[in-house]
Amino acid sequence: MSSLWLVMFAVGLLTFLTRLSFILLQDKWQPPHILTRGLRFVPVAVLTAIFIPEILLAEGQIDFSFSNVRLLAGLIAILVAFKTKSALWTIAIGMGTFWLITWLI
Amino acid sequence: MVRNDRSAAWKEFWKGVRDELPILLGVTPLGMIYGVLALSAGLSSFQSQAMSSIIFAGSSQFMLVQLVNLGTPALIMIATAFVINLRHALYSLSVAPYLQGLSPLWKVLLSYLLTDEAYAVSIMRYQNGEQGPYKHWHLLGSGIALWSCWQLSTAAGIFLGAQVPPGWGLDFTLALTFIALAIPSINDSPSLFAAIVAGITSILTHGLPYKLNLIAAAIAGITVGYWRDTQ
Repeated sequence: MSSLWLVMFAVGLLTFLTRLSFILLQDKWQPPHILTRGLRFVPVAVLTAIFIPEILLAEGQIDFSFSNVRLLAGLIAILVAFKTKSALWTIAIGMGTFWLITWLI
Repeated sequence: MVRNDRSAAWKEFWKGVRDELPILLGVTPLGMIYGVLALSAGLSSFQSQAMSSIIFAGSSQFMLVQLVNLGTPALIMIATAFVINLRHALYSLSVAPYLQGLSPLWKVLLSYLLTDEAYAVSIMRYQNGEQGPYKHWHLLGSGIALWSCWQLSTAAGIFLGAQVPPGWGLDFTLALTFIALAIPSINDSPSLFAAIVAGITSILTHGLPYKLNLIAAAIAGITVGYWRDTQ
């Protein structure tokens, strides 16, 4: 368990350096134009890649069925996010829908 | 003049805090779940809390406590967490132009605070054209708001322990939080293409180890978005 502290500090340092990398480099090295034009898609691509498996996979398998509560509630949340652009409503209605469907079935 | 500058900076700071607040509704349950999982994996209360401030990256913290539970060798744990957190290099690259010319202290502080949730909220403001001289204060505000929430919710999870009922499906707020962050940034056809391709790729490659599907999906989504943009 003492090696856990080593792991924590190593991961903390590596994570920090990853986050610092290009912020620090910026004053000395500018990315080429082709790269900067693609950068505006970083948030949407990474964030979508994180949530899609969360709602679509159950136990590592793709679950497109109606019994996948996370998929149903997730789709409602996507609709709310699209219509309202409000994080508060998206999370609240998404969680409410999840509980409602779980309670119904 | 100095007074005006200072109030403009704080205004931007509080805007960052306010923009982050709704996201905290989804992050709080995750911090609590992390605290519970860390304790049950055998970490002490102090270690569980320390990890939230030393690493300060939720997804890798979740992975680490699982690996501790499995008795994984230290080097593998470090490598796994490193790869999971590689996406932050993309955030660093994308936010860097807006932080150009800041002092090293600012850069160090903002890098420490550059989580998914703070980055997403502040980059949206920058990309929407809000780029005054104090724009870095927005990221400071969103970052400190998220940091405080993560530390407090971790503490709450440690304190409440097993009283956080697993049957409530509170871990679903992870998906909801990222839906709330991702969907509003879809505002034209190239960004829609980027999202769809990234989503499909993350599913097709989910068998890859170390959550490398995230990197594969990011590269595919960014490439297609760029291609669509140049059409």
